[in-house]
Amino acid sequence: MTVNESLAQLSNGMVYTSMVVYAGSFLGFAASFANGRGQQDESEAARGSVASTKRNTVDVTNAASVSGAGATATLTKTDPDDEAPLPPGRRAGNIAMSLMWLATGFLLISVIARGFSAGRAPWGNMYEFSLAAALATAIVFLILSIKHDLRWLGVFVVGAILLTLGAAVTILYTESAQLVPALKSVWLVIHVLAAIICGGAFTIGAAVTGLYLVRDRAEIRAAKRGDGSPVDGWLASRVPAAERLDTMAYRINAFVFPLWTFAVIAGAIWAEAAWGRYWGWDPKETWAFITWVIYAGYLHARATAGWRGRKAAVICLVGYLAFLINYFGVNFFASGLHSYAGLN
Amino acid sequence: MSTSTPGAPEAGAAVQDSTEDLSAGLGTVPVNDLPPDSMKLGFVGWSRWMWRQLTSMRTALLLLFLLAVASIPGSVLPQRPVDPARVTQYLSDNPGVGGVFDRLGFFDVFTAPWYVAIYLLLVISLAGCIVPRTRLHWKAMRAQPPRAPSRLKRLPEYESWEVSSDGAGQQTLDDTAALLRKRRWRVRTQEFDGTSGWVSAEKGYLRETGNLLFHISLLGLLLGVAIGGMFGWRGQALVIEGESFSDTITQYDTFSAGNLVDSADLPPFSFTLNDFRSGFQAGGEQEGAARLFEADVTYRSQPGAEPEEKTVEVNDPLVVDGAKAYLVGHGYAPVIQVKNAQGQVIYDAPTVFLPIDGNFTSNGVVKMPDNDPQLALQGIFAPTAALDDQRGPHSTFPAADDPAVFFSAWKGNLGLDDGIPQSVYKLDTSELEQIGIKGLRPGESWTLPDGSGTVSFTGIKQYAVFDVAYDPGKLFALVASILAILGLMLSLFIPRRRVWVKVSAAADGTSSSTVEVAGLSRTDEAGLKPAVADLATDVRAIAPPATTPTPGDPTDPDGKAH
Ligand code: HEM
Repeated sequence: MTVNESLAQLSNGMVYTSMVVYAGSFLGFAASFANGRGQQDESEAARGSVASTKRNTVDVTNAASVSGAGATATLTKTDPDDEAPLPPGRRAGNIAMSLMWLATGFLLISVIARGFSAGRAPWGNMYEFSLAAALATAIVFLILSIKHDLRWLGVFVVGAILLTLGAAVTILYTESAQLVPALKSVWLVIHVLAAIICGGAFTIGAAVTGLYLVRDRAEIRAAKRGDGSPVDGWLASRVPAAERLDTMAYRINAFVFPLWTFAVIAGAIWAEAAWGRYWGWDPKETWAFITWVIYAGYLHARATAGWRGRKAAVICLVGYLAFLINYFGVNFFASGLHSYAGLN
Repeated sequence: MSTSTPGAPEAGAAVQDSTEDLSAGLGTVPVNDLPPDSMKLGFVGWSRWMWRQLTSMRTALLLLFLLAVASIPGSVLPQRPVDPARVTQYLSDNPGVGGVFDRLGFFDVFTAPWYVAIYLLLVISLAGCIVPRTRLHWKAMRAQPPRAPSRLKRLPEYESWEVSSDGAGQQTLDDTAALLRKRRWRVRTQEFDGTSGWVSAEKGYLRETGNLLFHISLLGLLLGVAIGGMFGWRGQALVIEGESFSDTITQYDTFSAGNLVDSADLPPFSFTLNDFRSGFQAGGEQEGAARLFEADVTYRSQPGAEPEEKTVEVNDPLVVDGAKAYLVGHGYAPVIQVKNAQGQVIYDAPTVFLPIDGNFTSNGVVKMPDNDPQLALQGIFAPTAALDDQRGPHSTFPAADDPAVFFSAWKGNLGLDDGIPQSVYKLDTSELEQIGIKGLRPGESWTLPDGSGTVSFTGIKQYAVFDVAYDPGKLFALVASILAILGLMLSLFIPRRRVWVKVSAAADGTSSSTVEVAGLSRTDEAGLKPAVADLATDVRAIAPPATTPTPGDPTDPDGKAH
């Protein structure tokens, strides 16, 4: 049972390769975003002014596969001017998207190689957890982007991925190694995998929620002006309508919440197998609980009169903060049984 | 109520519009009464109002928040049930705030009165919420879908088209109803009476069922935790290789039990630790990190039962008689023999040394109160021994590659007769006189310089630390958790929808009539729009649009203007 060094090196090399490609993707998304004025007009058209009679013209099967302002996507797909040269923002966005697929491929190879090098699931310490969380974020985003036009969101997601990977290779780096016995369990694989996917989805949910808050404020300003002028603000004018952002964030968070519940329960099962108690208010467990309670509050808020919209969005961001504290803060500052970081 | 449907009235608000509250009963978020406007209501009225407040969504939200915030000190400050030593340390480091925190219960947050109060209120609120919602849902599941509202146009999804009058009537309604029934909608129809008629259909009752299941399961989970707390027990025991443990309270180093446990009545199993193996990372960045712990035991479920073999590992406890023994720690027990001045063996045993660092530099004590004078040894054991000026004797690796014990011998009064209990791991040297110090390797002996005896280090054994736990609420809690996830998924992923299809004859008595299709969903749900569009397409096949629809409509086959 030794560590395969060449695979470990392959993994390291692939991380850096993916970071370079992600950087390119980031620039592309940034350019696309900067040129992205008009996104809001499209979505507004889809939201408000598609008269009910016109709706009949939308290909129903296509519309079923797109959400909210989906009519836009359908209309653009069947755009007769497909041959016309793409506007610069759009081309940059497409290039960025392709680069992101490529970079994510490299990152996937890296994570897999890391796992094989130590002969176990590749999330045994914080370095590996960070790589996997970045990968999960990318995969969740790419899967969503198959059905939805998310180029406006790319710059934020890839930015978060680059930050995570940067922190991983600089502060958190740990050599490939086997695990301390407490971490050798199938429940580790399941629990941490679920937590990683949640991390990816929570991140995207929080990004969309943050943009919702910005956009919503701009829309309120625009409504106050009352002269029908479009939404202003550099950021706000480049993202979809607030209502669409809100719905999208809700859907992502509603998807994550059961998974997070499962991750916590899987963790409890693992704790039971390793320490003989399924819940012991260890700092890591406490913050997982806090995160869970806050997201439950978020879902409640969305069903409570007077709490939907901005207030619920703030709760969601607080929940994400709790998730981050659990992930970074607790590993570094609290001592508990989850001595997991592989750091000294 | 319709709290999640844009444009529909909020919970508790009077329905201003003459049309019905369209989504009534679609969800069952409870309605909060307005506060009573006078004291005339008296005690009963006020109690009822208070109860409604306690079981309102707003209160639930507030309590959830409080619970989250109240948990924070429990993760930041050391907690007594987890690590009492660190609490003591904290108190002596921060005497000022420490004392305040202590009085506030911050060192045992999760049993502090204010914490318990929050979650008890939440439990009451939850129960008070579940009961009426279950009743409402039970009724809703057996009720017919609601009547079609008079103005379907107001609904978030709406389509309409004109049909020649002989093309739409009772037949349209019947066909539509049959179609919806086949798709498992619950359907209600209002016969076409010459001017209008409708089909109303509803689907997704499982959403609310799932939501109730989730909330009830939360109560079940708490019940499981409570059962474990009352009937469960756990203790920690340290067992040296070759020695045995039997499950009685005196054999535990620490033991705690729920208040309904009779400690005399523990299951009578026993086991012997035959062999303990450990392995550590050699070389590399994580040098010395633990890689393997295995404890071979022979156990009997009760005295006289057949002995059985088992290798206990960190994630693989010994399960016997409902209790589980977990391997949670290990250490070294050097075998020490002491002879007195007359050459009689006065001590000969493996002696537990407690590790003080990650490389298992360990401290231990031997006390010989029956000798005259009383003798004692203090020892530092190092599995891989090194000695330097700064750190003194210490270990550089956790495995017993090059072991040694560094002894310090004492004689005098051990202070055991004062009646004050002493730790077996600590030596009170205040009335002792040091005889000398010496490092020994296995097999070596040391004749004490003052002639009061001989100390030999004859071998090394390992010991393992076991947590033995019994928690009868565990399975209950697990089942409740699984049901909670199941309920949650139903509640979040199943759409609850209503659709209406209405046929009306034109008011002016012309030869055309109108078909309207409309839908409403419980949440802001993406699927509603395409679902209503789909339904409209199907109904259009049943009652095709007249040949003169809206101008410019591409579905108009003739392209004729109206
Ligand atoms: C132990 C604390 C509680 C937790 C963790 C919790 C959690 C949740 C979660 C996660 C949801 C989302 C499911 C969904 O949106 O369909 C939900 C929904 C709901 N909860 Fe709770 N809940 C708790 C207590 C309560 C209490 C005390 C009430 C009563 C006021 C309540 C009433 C509701 C209602 C009515 C919904 C449905 C909201 C909707 O239809 O969207 N919950 N709860």
